Amino acid sequence: MASVKFNVNGKSQTVDVVPEMPLLWVLRDVLGMTGTKFGCGAALCGACTVHVEGNAVRSCSTPVQNVSGKNVTTIEGLSTDGSHPVQAAWIELDVPQCGYCQSGQIMQATALLNKNSKPSDADIDEVMRGNICRCGTYQDIRKAIHRASELKAKGGRG
Amino acid sequence: MAKNTTQSTQITNVSRRGFFKAAAGVGAGLALGFTLPESNQLDAQFGRLPEVHPEAYVKIGADDTVSFICPKAEMGQGPLTSLAQLLADELDCDWSKIKSEIAPVNPQLYGAVQSVVGSFSIRTYWDPMRRTGATARAMLLEAAAQKWGVDKKQLRTENGFVINTANNARLNYGAIAEAASKLPVPMNVALKDPKDYRFIGKPVKRVDSKIKAMGQANFGMDTRLPGMLYAVLERPPVFGGKAMSFDASKAKAVPGVKDVIQTPSGIAVLAENTWAAMQGRKALAVQWDDNGSGSVDSAGITKMFIEKTQQPGANARKEGQGAAALSQVAKKVDAVYEAPFLSHAPMEPMNCTAVIRDGKCEVWAPTQAQTFARDSAARGSGIDKEKVTINSTFMGGGFGRRGATEYAQEVAEIAKAVPGTPVKLVWSREDDMQHDLYRPASYVKFEGGLDASGNPVAMTAKVASPPFGRVENGIASTAVEGIHDMHYAIPNVQVDYHLANTHVPVTYWRSVGYSQNVFFMESYIDEMAHAAGKDPLEFRRGLLKNTPRMLNVLNLAAEKAGWGKPLPKGHARGISVVNNIGSFTAQVAEVSIEKGKLKVHRVVIVSDCGHNVNPAISRQQAESGMIYGLSAALKGAITIDKGRVQQGNFNSYDVTRIDEMPVIETYLVPSTEAPGGMGEASTPGIAPAIGNAIFAATGKRLRRLPMRNADLA
Repeated sequence: MASVKFNVNGKSQTVDVVPEMPLLWVLRDVLGMTGTKFGCGAALCGACTVHVEGNAVRSCSTPVQNVSGKNVTTIEGLSTDGSHPVQAAWIELDVPQCGYCQSGQIMQATALLNKNSKPSDADIDEVMRGNICRCGTYQDIRKAIHRASELKAKGGRG
Repeated sequence: MAKNTTQSTQITNVSRRGFFKAAAGVGAGLALGFTLPESNQLDAQFGRLPEVHPEAYVKIGADDTVSFICPKAEMGQGPLTSLAQLLADELDCDWSKIKSEIAPVNPQLYGAVQSVVGSFSIRTYWDPMRRTGATARAMLLEAAAQKWGVDKKQLRTENGFVINTANNARLNYGAIAEAASKLPVPMNVALKDPKDYRFIGKPVKRVDSKIKAMGQANFGMDTRLPGMLYAVLERPPVFGGKAMSFDASKAKAVPGVKDVIQTPSGIAVLAENTWAAMQGRKALAVQWDDNGSGSVDSAGITKMFIEKTQQPGANARKEGQGAAALSQVAKKVDAVYEAPFLSHAPMEPMNCTAVIRDGKCEVWAPTQAQTFARDSAARGSGIDKEKVTINSTFMGGGFGRRGATEYAQEVAEIAKAVPGTPVKLVWSREDDMQHDLYRPASYVKFEGGLDASGNPVAMTAKVASPPFGRVENGIASTAVEGIHDMHYAIPNVQVDYHLANTHVPVTYWRSVGYSQNVFFMESYIDEMAHAAGKDPLEFRRGLLKNTPRMLNVLNLAAEKAGWGKPLPKGHARGISVVNNIGSFTAQVAEVSIEKGKLKVHRVVIVSDCGHNVNPAISRQQAESGMIYGLSAALKGAITIDKGRVQQGNFNSYDVTRIDEMPVIETYLVPSTEAPGGMGEASTPGIAPAIGNAIFAATGKRLRRLPMRNADLA
């Protein structure tokens, strides 16, 4: 067991866990933040995507010791009211069906838009292909990313 | 199709039966339900005698809140929104006042089998849910008339208010709900003229988008209870096997592991968190018995299927002279088709949470079958099912998988060993893929052909596939649907089922038997068309003259796709059409093969699902179902070796990803026919549309799923 300190959504957290424990399970089981989802446990589906220092990472395959002293952002940290441009676009276009993969989709899309404010379809495909949706919301996800890009350009924060 | 339910629908004011008082958190008001029609197909599907029970779906509180108790669980298909639309339209309430919740298991209120399968939600509730809304509205009108002392003919409703047209006085529903609840329930209340619908047929926004976009929707996996332990379960690697012995000493030494226990289902590791439980499980040493199935492999299963088709089968359909007419065939069209086992692979792996205390068992389950989950938990805990409570959570996908409920039994078995402590059982992705109940593998041998003019003379099909559901007269309808119920006017038809069991568990998979059989049937018809030297669209048209709704979607799909119009070099189109779940769906796929690589460029979907309740959700379902079928068409295969599943995660069982998406165009046929389903309408038709397009592009006929690039060489 080891004490690991890091920031989650701007708040300092110290957890006493085995240092190899993936960030996913620290978030979900230790900190009780269940917005980040378990899908495959092997960085193959993207459901567990969070940001570490602004970069999208698969929390299921990131030992918590790797984020020691770093800033982690989860779906809960995007907004408290759904007003983040990516969430707002998702809500406006009714993207989620079952919804289970959507936290990961939104975090991946947010990371994309932070680096490329006006992505093409090809840019979207390249970055989003690691995020599986079994309900097949892909066409709506693509539309929502373009819409989020517009909302951001209009001054939405993110 | 669901029968007309109007005659047998009885409204019951359950507020008089104690239900209303038992409903938590609502003040005085009106609660209404109805009796399910005796022709409830859902019960029939599960082999239960339909029972008639009063049900309760709406509660109107003094604060104007309209609580909609949704009898269907939510797995993305949208009943929290679409069924509420049916109620709200006839109730004429304020949409923003509706609070939707998923119904608990209650056979008295919600019927003998509560489940969400077979794309039945709208079909089952189209009539009763509107009738419940209309009856509640009539009672509110009556209550207002009595309160004001006026003739109710001068009253109307508007968005949650009763309005006196004589003086424009208004009463909000909440103010008269309690008085309304004391009135007798009127019978045969008239329903709205469809032209007056405010919500039905409109693209009403989903009620669950916001919480899902914020990570706030509680899936089963998200259940957290005070003092809860996390469990994982090591199951027999060969289906049907048992643990002979095990050594847990290393597992118990893993930090965070609390206990290791043997249950009837396997060896469970309980820990402070999921990760510790998973690590403890890795440290287990278990000797398994393989139940005599340790040498079964996929090649052996196929061989067995072939042998079965060489023995007499059970006749599922015979037209004309059946197989005897094969002698009249001038040009033979014979073909053998195969499809593999498939896993459902919903994004949320199976899981379930339970606590046993004070002789009761409480369960939190992401399940498509609450009633079966209750029964499973009762079996696992040894507690009477009347003392088992099921809380339905959101489901991270279902696709038929969650109609099975063994996870509830597994967790109850574990919870029984630690009474008073809540236990969440989490399946890993590998558990989910290797201990699924699968879409059955299937093998079909077609023989048939044409007369000298190119007209079909005969079609015979011998279907070998594992059965599930009911087997009647030797026939599992789940194995032959899509072939034995095809609509083509071929004078001599014979379809035989050859029951072919394996040790691999099988169950419903989105669109069930149609998922493979429509690939077989629609590819085979295409083969006939080409053998006849006819355009596949024209050939189908000629055989569907007596089924106008099939013909209509076929023609519309061809028109929207530009059938026959020039395409870029190397591109080709393929078409398919199907009637399942009470709906009619045609698809046209446009593909190309470049450097041995298949690309699906565009898919046109045309569905006639009768009276459409929410075109936006129907469009979602059309795309969703097609993409689910696309994964199966091009990628999905579960194979067996040494009696066990070889695939374990998305690297060995890949699915369609965003960069492989065709452009999808969905068209819904306007209709006032009784509603059909949409959840499974577009899943079957994509594989044959692609296969037929591949043939048009290359002259190569692919007869085995999935259709991989290697098969194109």
